[in-house]
Parts: sequence; C-alpha cells; structure tokens
Amino acid sequence: MESEQLYHRGYCRNSYNSIASASSDEELLDGAGAVMDFHTTEDDNLLDGDAASPGSNYVMSNGGGAPSSTTHLLDFLEEPIPGVGTYDDFHTIDWVREKCKDRERHRKINSKKKDSAWEFTKSLYDAWSGWLVVTLTGLASGALAGLIDIAADWMNDLKEGVCLSAMWLNREQCCWTSNETTFAERDKCPQWKNWAELILGQAEGPGSYIMNYFMYTYWALSFATLAVCLVKVFAPYACGSGIPEIKTILSGFIIRGYLGKWTLLIKTVTLVLAVASGLSLGKEGPLVHVACCCGNIFSYLFPKYSKNEAKKREVLSAASAAGVSVAFGAPIGGVLFSLEEVSYYFPLKTLWRSFFAALVAAFVLRSINPFGNSRLVLFYVEYHTPWYLFELIPFILLGVFGGLWGAFFIRANIAWCRRRKSTRFGKYPVLEVILVTAVTAVFAFPNPYTRQNTSELIKELFTDCGPLESSQLCQYRSQMNGSKAFNDNPNRPAGPGVYAAIWQLCLALVFKIIMTIFTFGLKVPSGLFIPSMAIGAIAGRIVGIAVEQLAYYHHDWFLFKEWCEVGADCITPGLYAMVGAAACLGGVTRMTVSLVVIVFELTGGLEYIVPLMAAVMTSKWVGDAFGRQGIYEAHIRLNGYPFLDAKEEFTHVTLASDVMRPRRSDPPLAVLTQDDLTVEELQSTINETSYNGFPVIVSKESQRLVGFALRRDITIAIENARRKQEGIMLNSRVYFTQHAPTLPADSPRPLKLRSILDMSPFTVTDHTPMEIVVDIFRKLGLRQCLVTHNGNVLGIITKKNILEHLEELKQNTEPLTASWYYHKKRYPASHGSNGRPRSRVHHVQLIGSFQDGRGGDDSEEEVHLLDGSNR
Amino acid sequence: MWTGRGGSSTFVVPAVLTFFLLDAVAYVQAKNFEDVRCKCICPPYRNITGHIYNRNVSQKDCNCLHVVEPMPVPGHDVEAYCLLCECKYEERSSNTIKVTIIIYLSVVGALLLYMLFLLLVDPLIRKHDAYTQPLHNEEDSEEMRPPVDSAQAKGNTVLERVEGAQQRWKKQVQEQRKTVFDRHKMLS
Repeated sequence: MESEQLYHRGYCRNSYNSIASASSDEELLDGAGAVMDFHTTEDDNLLDGDAASPGSNYVMSNGGGAPSSTTHLLDFLEEPIPGVGTYDDFHTIDWVREKCKDRERHRKINSKKKDSAWEFTKSLYDAWSGWLVVTLTGLASGALAGLIDIAADWMNDLKEGVCLSAMWLNREQCCWTSNETTFAERDKCPQWKNWAELILGQAEGPGSYIMNYFMYTYWALSFATLAVCLVKVFAPYACGSGIPEIKTILSGFIIRGYLGKWTLLIKTVTLVLAVASGLSLGKEGPLVHVACCCGNIFSYLFPKYSKNEAKKREVLSAASAAGVSVAFGAPIGGVLFSLEEVSYYFPLKTLWRSFFAALVAAFVLRSINPFGNSRLVLFYVEYHTPWYLFELIPFILLGVFGGLWGAFFIRANIAWCRRRKSTRFGKYPVLEVILVTAVTAVFAFPNPYTRQNTSELIKELFTDCGPLESSQLCQYRSQMNGSKAFNDNPNRPAGPGVYAAIWQLCLALVFKIIMTIFTFGLKVPSGLFIPSMAIGAIAGRIVGIAVEQLAYYHHDWFLFKEWCEVGADCITPGLYAMVGAAACLGGVTRMTVSLVVIVFELTGGLEYIVPLMAAVMTSKWVGDAFGRQGIYEAHIRLNGYPFLDAKEEFTHVTLASDVMRPRRSDPPLAVLTQDDLTVEELQSTINETSYNGFPVIVSKESQRLVGFALRRDITIAIENARRKQEGIMLNSRVYFTQHAPTLPADSPRPLKLRSILDMSPFTVTDHTPMEIVVDIFRKLGLRQCLVTHNGNVLGIITKKNILEHLEELKQNTEPLTASWYYHKKRYPASHGSNGRPRSRVHHVQLIGSFQDGRGGDDSEEEVHLLDGSNR
Repeated sequence: MWTGRGGSSTFVVPAVLTFFLLDAVAYVQAKNFEDVRCKCICPPYRNITGHIYNRNVSQKDCNCLHVVEPMPVPGHDVEAYCLLCECKYEERSSNTIKVTIIIYLSVVGALLLYMLFLLLVDPLIRKHDAYTQPLHNEEDSEEMRPPVDSAQAKGNTVLERVEGAQQRWKKQVQEQRKTVFDRHKMLS
C-alpha cells in the first residue's frame, strides 16, 4: 500500500515542454546522450498518456492539484506533502507558480460544486471570501484609525494641560460647551487647566511659562521613550513608515512577522505615542502599514488567501488603499495611491476590492467622527473662491520649491540613514530617539506654530481668513476700522500680527526642515506625509501672503489690474498653502495622480485641480532632475530589498548569458539528475550548497532540462518520507521520473520526488537580450529563470542576479566582488545530534555561484544587498 | 506558518471588536444633549462687538434667528446682522472618546506592565529553568511540520502550551531585533 503511494506520488505533470524538446532535430545535434534521453521521455509520454491532456501542461501539482487523466486510484487518497510550496523568511515568491496554484484550486472547487449542497456552499464561500476579507479589513482599519486619531489628539493636548471636568477630553472637546461669548475670550476655557495652573496655581507669568515648558518637554520625552521601548521590546518591525517594506512585500518578498499581530498592536499603540510626543512625524504612512496588518491577519481566516502568497498580496493592495482612505479621508485617492505607489500586481478585480475596502474604511471612520467636525481629517477645508490665470506663476514657483525640497530631503535623509546604518551611531536607537525628541521639544515650545500639533498647523494654514478666524495670521489692519471690514476689501494690508506670524512661520519652516530630516528613520513609527505637507503649507502660506500684499500695494500692475479689481476677492493665501503642501509631498514621494486626487478630496473643490496639477508636475520634474527616486525607492535601495522597480527602464544591450550564474570563472552549476542520485548524495548536494533551487537534468551526459526543484521542497519531502514511509535509507535511489529506474534486487526502496518537481520552469536561451528577460521578470513576477542552450541547461538567472546586474550597470564599475546576501543567519551544524541531517530552512535566496554560497560568514554579515555605499 | 505565533498576542482582535461594539453603543447614544451644538459666530457690526452664541438646538433650527438670543440689534437690522453671522451645527460623541481613551490607556498600561515583567521579573524566574534549551532545538525542525502536528507535540496542559508559544514568540522578536537593531538589514 505504502509503496504504491510512494510510487504514484505526484500528479502527472508531464508537459509538452518535454515532448517539444525531444524533437528529432535536437537528438541529432545532441549526439550520444540523446538516444537515452529520447527513450526516457518517449516512455514517459507513452505510458502516461499525458499528451492527451494539454490542460495539465502547467499544473502545479502540490497544494492539491486536480488529478489528471492518468492518476491512479490511490492518488485520490494521497494528500500533498504538507509545507511544500511555502516560502522561507526573506525569500521571493514565484508569482507564476502561486497564480497557477490558485487557478488549480479554483478548478477543483468548481468541479466539485455540483456534487452536493455542502460543496456548493463551500464554493460560494470561496467566491465571496475576497469581498469578505476586504470588508473586514476596511472595518478594522477604519476603527483603528478612529482610535489612533482620538487617542493621539488627546495625548497631544496632555502635554499642555488637562481637562478637569472630564479627563478623557482633549482641549477642543473640553471647551465644546463653554459659554465664552465675546471675541476676546473665545480662546479661553475654564475647564481646561494648564499644568502651571494645576501645579503652581497661576496661569500667567514667567514662572508658569517655565513650568509649562518643562511639562511639555517632560511629556514629550516620556511618550517618545515609552514608544521606542515598546517597539524595541515587543515588535521591532513596527518602526518606521512601513511603506518601503510594504512595497517590497507587495512586489513578492516574504518578511515573516512584518504584518503580524504584534506588529499591528505595537504600531497602533506607539504611533499614538510618537505623534503625541511632538516629533516631526505623521500618522499617515504608518496607517497604511496598520491597514496592511489588518488585511494580512484577516486573510488567515480564509484558506483561499492564507495559503497563497499571490492572492494575499491582492488583499494587501486593497488594505493599503483602505489605509490611505482613512489617513486622508480620501477613498478614491487611496485606491489611486495603491495603484500608483504601492502595488506591484494590480488586476482589475483588485481595483474594485480596493475601492470597496476604501469605502468601508471611510464609512467606519466617518461614523466614529473622531474630530467632531463630521469629516475624516482634521484639516478639511472648503474653498469656493476662484483663482486667476496669473496665479499659475506662484503655483509653479511653489512646485519648484517642492521639487527642490524633495530632492534635498531625499539626499540628506538617505545620507543620515546610511550613517545610522553603517556606523556605531546606529547602536543606540533609544538614545537617539530621546535626543531628537528633546531637541524637538525644546525648540518647538517657544514658537506657537511648532508647538501645536502638525495637523492643526496645517489646518490653520489651509483655512482662509474669515470672520470666524481668530488666529494671528488673520490680523489684518482693516479689521480695526469698524463695520465694513470683511466684505468690501478682502485683500487687505497686513497688520502687525501677520508680520509677526510670517516671522514665526519662517522659523517654523527652518525648524521643520531640519528636524524632519533627522526624524524620518527613527525607531518609532514615523510617517512622512504630514511633515512634508506642513513644510509645503508653511512655504505656500508665506508666498500667498506675499502675493496678496503685492496685489494690494501694486494693484495698478497690469497683472493685477486685469483680474484683481479693487474690492474683489483675488488672492486666497490658504489655497497657496494647499498647493505648496501638494508640491512638497509630490517632491518627496514623486506621486502625481494619487496626490492630486488626495488633496482635491481634502478640499472638496474641483476648481483647484489645475493649480494642483501644475504644482505637482513641476515639483516632479524638478525633483527628477536631481535624482529619479522617490523617498520610498531610495529607502528600498538603501536597505537593499529585492525590489524590481517597474517604473525604471532597462536600456542596456547585455545578454542573458552575461547575467546568468554560474559565471565563467565559477564552478559549474549544481544540478540534480533525474534518476541516478541516492538520498545521501542529494542531501550532501543540498548541504554543501546554499542554493534555493536546483535544475533537474536527464543525466550527466545529456544535460537536457527536465525541471526545477526547490531546496525547501526537497528537504521537506525527504523529511516527510523519512517519517511516513518505511524503507527509505541513505542509499535509496531518488528519482524524478514517472517510473522507478530499474534497480538491483537488493537495493532499498527508491524515493519518488516527482511531485515536488516543477516540470515547466521558465527558460530563456543564452542569447536572449536582458531587456526581454527583465521584462519577463517584471511582468510575470518570476523568481528564477533557467538559461538554456540547445536545450541544455547552462545556468540560472534569479531576481537578485538581475538587481545586481542593474546595480552594476548603474555604477558602471566592476561587478560587486563580495556576495550580497540579503539576509543570512548562522546555522547550527547541518547534522543534528541524532545524526539526522537537519534541514537548513532559513537560507539565502537563490544565488548563482558556489563561491557565493560558501564564502566566509563573517564578512558577509556586513555586506548588504545593493549596498550603495560605493556609489 | 503564522499559527505558531505568540498566543499571548491574540487580544488584539478582541480589543478591536470591543471597540466596535462600544462604539456602536456610543453612537446610538450620541445624540444626547451635550453632544450637539449650534455655534454661531457673529462678527463686529456697527458698534456691537463680535459675539459667539452656543446653543443646543436641532439641525433644522441651527440658524442665526433661533440661536442668537437676545438679539443685540433692533428689528429692522436683524436681517443684515444675521447675514454676517456664520452658524455651524456640530455633533460629537463624547462616549466614543471616553471609551477609546480608556481602552487605549488600558492597552498601554498592560503593555507597560508586561514589558516591565519581561525585562525585570522574567530573567530572575528563568535563571534556573533548563527547559528553554530543548525548545530552541525544536524550533528549527518544527517550522516545516504542519501546525496540527506541532500543537500535539507540545506540552499537554494549556499552561505548557502557552509557555511554548511565548518562548517561540520571544525567539521571533529576538530575531527581529537582531535584524533591525544589530544588523541594520531592515528599516534603517
């Protein structure tokens, strides 16, 4: 019984490839090996009868592939080897394989659908699980965003004081019902007590100022310290913005635990603390990470998604849309963000799911109403004033500023992060956070524009001056002289308050620029959107006020004469602030469409799309002139994640044979033969090399390709066979063919590994231009590709080889000498204490050469993938 | 795969669900009298200084005529005065805020206590324990077994299983910490 099972393991997947490759031309060319080769393949085909079923050409057998025409009855009883087809940590997934697996699973469910009502229900559940999981994700991310918003607002105000009547209310909510009726008292609020009032008993005077200053710094420091400690103790992956990593994960990389429960919990909790500590960071980027964690966790409820990495990434795409949807209150902007910035593989079905997830998340957040303004974001504004054509000039200037800021920020931040990464300075993350927080708090407190929450600052800058406004920015001189102040001449001379405000804003601008560079990359959750927007908004507001004053004092200039009649409302400084914010954000992230849509959803005014587009486009052009990467790509490159950017073009004329491994000087490729290896030989091959996959060839003489077997699958299958099947010894024969080779009578039972063999690996010939290879990798999401010459295996190209090649070409230098493991751990001896070989499951990604595989461990620890330090 | 993650972390999902339920309750009660207001801000007019009026009225009645009381100007001027006033109807849910803050603070408190426990108390208890060693060895081979298997292979009592889960979780965090803080492979 068991031997039968063993014998028939694996669903027949003999492919057309093998038939095609056995064409007569090739046999003639191939010479000696060909005769035998022909026999094997021919035999296979005849006995299998597989040629009759072209559909099984591309069946991925494991994970429950449908039995095809030739299956033995026993194959129905046989379950696939558990664990085969999964991935290790820090490995790249094979999109093609995953998609095939999913299609196979789908076919199986569909074929069983008519069997019984239960199967029909199961198929319905399966069909709906995609929508269910995005609904759950949307609900959870909306709720968490509400929690983060409310808690962050409250904690932020806790730095200044506390609401005595109800501890849990922030300052604005505390004063919600207060009856201060006159304008002079409008900012007073008896229930809200400053710390100085509580501790010293006096609200005014230098003593209380110092007390408030001290308490502000104290709270900021304690929040930041708590945040960094929690991150360090519970979930180190919770730090940073998360968008570069999510981009990498969505492009098909596995980072275990990056989207896990603890990461979600700690990121949510510490994000509030980090925002409340007054550091120059925002919660928008981390919210995307939080939403993706929700998506990942909920996808475990549905086998369709939990068992398939490619399908899971569809959920994550939708989740990131939900994240932006709640972060900015911009559902459509979220979908476009997911499409433009984060996602790698974005079919139409995912677009609709993203749309739905964004909708659900926005709905939940709206019903929570975290800001009490019936909006999703704090800085929602509504303008209806028109803009004039000449204003495009300042808008474009703001775009130039945004581009310059973006380029400068990316350079400076990457330089700083590289320093943190490569020098001893990076050894003290907690100290660094405390130091930066202390500096931020000490310098932020004296300036009212930096003291307040950044979101509130943006709100104030975006808001136009009206009768409702009490801020210093709106103290125009004409307010003094009586009743006709507001409607007659909106462009008014600036009063002393405005000039003071401009000075403070300039200082705030410099402060924000400097602090943001040092803050992004700290080991606390830190987003970049809000600080960038704040910088742009400050600059925009300053420009707006300048243009407004220019129009007032020089209203006889031909520009202003034509459009700004005396008495007409002509310049809106708030609009400039918004355009500036969009330009700066565009300069840093290099987003275009999604950014414009996000900002326009923030304002609810369609008429400002053209200024926003002009500014964002200018900022992208200016930024691209200084460096084509956005901040996220720059961080991906800095960290060396294996991310093949679909936006970059490949323009070189290299061939596949230039890139493939092994190189000319290297030892030959490690291959397996299809039927003359023993278990011991197989294990020693696996243990001596560190490749993640091995091409399987017909025999040593004829190096014709049969298929491709992954290291992890081989180790799992051997382990499984040892546990479940009797008679597997070290000298058992291993074979990948359909039928066991003829063996001497006294030899132990052979082990059939056909089920783990990928019979249809992607192949290119050695003369394929790299342009095409890179395109294949990008569009199909391949993990590796074999290079053949006349059907003989020559070598292998992996995603990392391509990235390395791109990097080499970029630097135009000699190839990187050292290997560039992305992640390497130390392993215990490959044989455990009981003499059984231990599997080495965590290992480096597919790499090409022997030397790379066996090099000294210590030096490699220091070498980073795509390390740009020798740039 | 992830089924083997820390068992003690499962309270995230209940927390989110609780938040939902409480929020739903809070939302139903949101319309109590403290949580709605109609705020009218009237700018200076003639010789009258600016005033802010704040009343609990329904959304339908939220306009200057209903809210501004007593009217500071004589009858024929009311229309002109009211044109300047801006009235905004706002509602909030103080219960949601209260519940959110309480949940948040309790989660932070629990995490703080657990952190202190892990940093201060745990090393003292664990000094004599030798059983962490076999667990480490088990870790490597376990990853490729199906999760059902590993659950059975673990200790029999609930306590032991929780212990095992916690150990595995700790090891994972240790690994993450090494990746992020020591090797600087990620997130730097």
